[in-house]
Amino acid sequence: MIAEIGHYALVLALGIALIQSVLPIWGVRTRDDALMAVAGPAALAQALFVAVSFAALTWCYVVSDFSVVNVFENSHSAKPLVYRITGVWGNHEGSMLLWVLILALFGALVGLFGRNLPRTLRANVLAAQSWIAAAFYLFILVTSNPFLRIAEAPLEGRDLNPLLQDIGLAVHPPLLYLGYVGFSISFSFAVAALIDGRIDAAWARWVRPWTLAAWMFLTLGIAMGSYWAYYELGWGGWWFWDPVENASLMPWLAGTALLHSAVVMEKRNALKVWTVLLAILTFSLSLLGTFLVRSGVLTSVHSFATDPTRGVFILMILVLFIGGALALYAWRAPMLKQGGLFAPISREGALVFNNLFLTTACATVFIGTLYPLALESLTAEKISVGAPFFNLTFGPLFAILLLAVPFGPLLAWKRGDLVGVAQRLLAAFAGALVAAAAVVAAQGGGPVLAPFAIGLAVFVMIGALVDLAERTALFRVPLAAAVARARGLPRAAYGTAVAHFSLGLVLLGIVGETQWNTERIVSLKPGATVSLAGYEVAFDGMVPRQGPNYRELAARFTVRRDGVVLGELAPSKRTFTARGTSTSEAALLTRGFSQVYVSLGDPNADGSIAVRLYHKPLVLLIWIGSVVMVLGGALSLSDRRLRVGAPKPARPKAGLQPAE
Amino acid sequence: MTRKQRRLVLIGSGLAVLGLAAALVLTALRDTIVFFNSPTDVVEKQIAPGTRIRLGGLVKPGSIARGENLQVRFEVTDGNTALPVAYTGILPDLFREGQGVVAEGVLEPGLFKADTVLAKHDETYMPKEVADALKKQGHWKDDYDKKRQGKTQ
Repeated sequence: MIAEIGHYALVLALGIALIQSVLPIWGVRTRDDALMAVAGPAALAQALFVAVSFAALTWCYVVSDFSVVNVFENSHSAKPLVYRITGVWGNHEGSMLLWVLILALFGALVGLFGRNLPRTLRANVLAAQSWIAAAFYLFILVTSNPFLRIAEAPLEGRDLNPLLQDIGLAVHPPLLYLGYVGFSISFSFAVAALIDGRIDAAWARWVRPWTLAAWMFLTLGIAMGSYWAYYELGWGGWWFWDPVENASLMPWLAGTALLHSAVVMEKRNALKVWTVLLAILTFSLSLLGTFLVRSGVLTSVHSFATDPTRGVFILMILVLFIGGALALYAWRAPMLKQGGLFAPISREGALVFNNLFLTTACATVFIGTLYPLALESLTAEKISVGAPFFNLTFGPLFAILLLAVPFGPLLAWKRGDLVGVAQRLLAAFAGALVAAAAVVAAQGGGPVLAPFAIGLAVFVMIGALVDLAERTALFRVPLAAAVARARGLPRAAYGTAVAHFSLGLVLLGIVGETQWNTERIVSLKPGATVSLAGYEVAFDGMVPRQGPNYRELAARFTVRRDGVVLGELAPSKRTFTARGTSTSEAALLTRGFSQVYVSLGDPNADGSIAVRLYHKPLVLLIWIGSVVMVLGGALSLSDRRLRVGAPKPARPKAGLQPAE
Repeated sequence: MTRKQRRLVLIGSGLAVLGLAAALVLTALRDTIVFFNSPTDVVEKQIAPGTRIRLGGLVKPGSIARGENLQVRFEVTDGNTALPVAYTGILPDLFREGQGVVAEGVLEPGLFKADTVLAKHDETYMPKEVADALKKQGHWKDDYDKKRQGKTQ
């Protein structure tokens, strides 16, 4: 019964979405206020019905109703409650339902908080949002219904893929989807602006908080997924350039570019046409990501779906929305008036530079991800494009971009002084040189890349601090005056500095992990000791244990340094009975920002066991940096300017518009 | 600078960055991509020793031999040809006899030295390349499909 309610609610949501896709637009055309006003309540109702649908599926999981196919395939009654709930989105159908739930939630938020938007813009935005929603409701109902029943209910379910029974992966998809789907708002705003044929700085001010929020969730989601892969997959890697990861990285790169170009548009009323295009591209890349992940076209360590009808359906959605939006763009964009002149060396110019490199870097990821697919369908030749490709293409582009990061915020709007800015960055240059020299001295004949990369990271970090120091005139005015200035700085300025600073942190982590990583793969008997980058790791023994829905072989290691015990590690190897699959649970010992990582391989006949041991210097900075980046976003989002609401756009002369 | 000059600078720098990226992509594509081959491909295409490739197929039942210090030898077969593979390290959790496997490494005369053996997440999941290679050799058994359907229905 509950499953049928869920199904029915989803059908109703589709109905409402169809109404919401047509009436408000019609209202805008006929200047009918009543029709335009349909959009807000309809968006709320849609969110309500999808929420009911999602709650129904969750309920089926919680009570382990195995007469529902989806629950039978992905759940098990012995599974802990938290994984029964998170199992809802650990499969194709459920994760699509989560996707539309978040889409509907964002629509409802615009309906609720968009009261200060011009009525026509709000109606158009909500209608565009509803087109996307309707397409995906249809997709779920036609190809991926999670509420299908089995005639004779089995007694026990097949259990969730054990790799997914982990809190990291439980939180990862919702965060990622909040990001992916959040960009739909910028997309809808762009489409609405194009339909309206009018766009101004106020538009950018409305779009920016939505983009920023989506970007923050996406950043967190990617970082979370990366940390999950790091400790759960058992071989210590945190980024594999896997197509599924690239699918989330591409919207992130485009979204980051959009954030920056929206700043130019809001402040200087320039780059309008470009910003609208970026808004369309960012969400298009989100859709592409959904297609890549959900259609099963990829041979990838993440592939779960294998049904071609779904692939074709999502591909149609993709073509319809991306093609439609770009066609609309080609037709209407020339009508948008350009404004705001600037010299190439200026804050605007720096932001254009940023956009250029971010989108180009995004394009290289795009090529690396899709080229194998294209080549295979054209020539049947199968290739793999892996980390070496991306290190060679994405790496240099991003290095140049990072080099430019400290310059951007220090340049003046309209016309900047590059030499002056370079002088102000002297401290950062000096710091970078000292850091690079220190690395050379410390590592002797180690990796050549490390000093450069560490220097770059330090340059970016000090550069962010210099930006704040310049803004508060620290060291130039008395301290009290500087403090007063610091209080008066808008939070967005702090947000920028913090986010830019975090780029340096992440880079430090990446360099530490990739250049100074120590790896030992050995076969150990109880009592044996391994030395690893100055640590002694002793294998104390292992015992079999019984978990709720798995058996495990738990090992114990003691980590010492110079004879002093630093801690114990308990990695394990789990065998899940329902599926007969096994996973390795790695154990981590954190020392500062570095970690000792131990994971188990297969036991051998002679009583020994294969063990992977890693020492990963500074690795935690990768994720700490990502979190700091999100904090920067949050600071910027809490800026008063974004909360007060956008000023009314300047009205054209009276007489040109009909009375409202 | 006039408006026109400014626009030229913008377009020029845009093209410069795109050119740089294109150059990087083309070099990288020439040097870093790895072709996928089945054991039969390796024989038929007469791939030169020293070439880096991805080798895919099924782990031949009864061929796994473990040696000292985590050395493993096994054979990868597509039904017609089998190629011995040497690997040192820990095999992924889902590595089993008779299951699909993809290994990356360097071809040597009569031996494939793998440095990576890829892990696949799902035990019913047959790597797409392996499935295609088996189909091409006429050894695709229906029970792989059935097994998969049995799991999803």
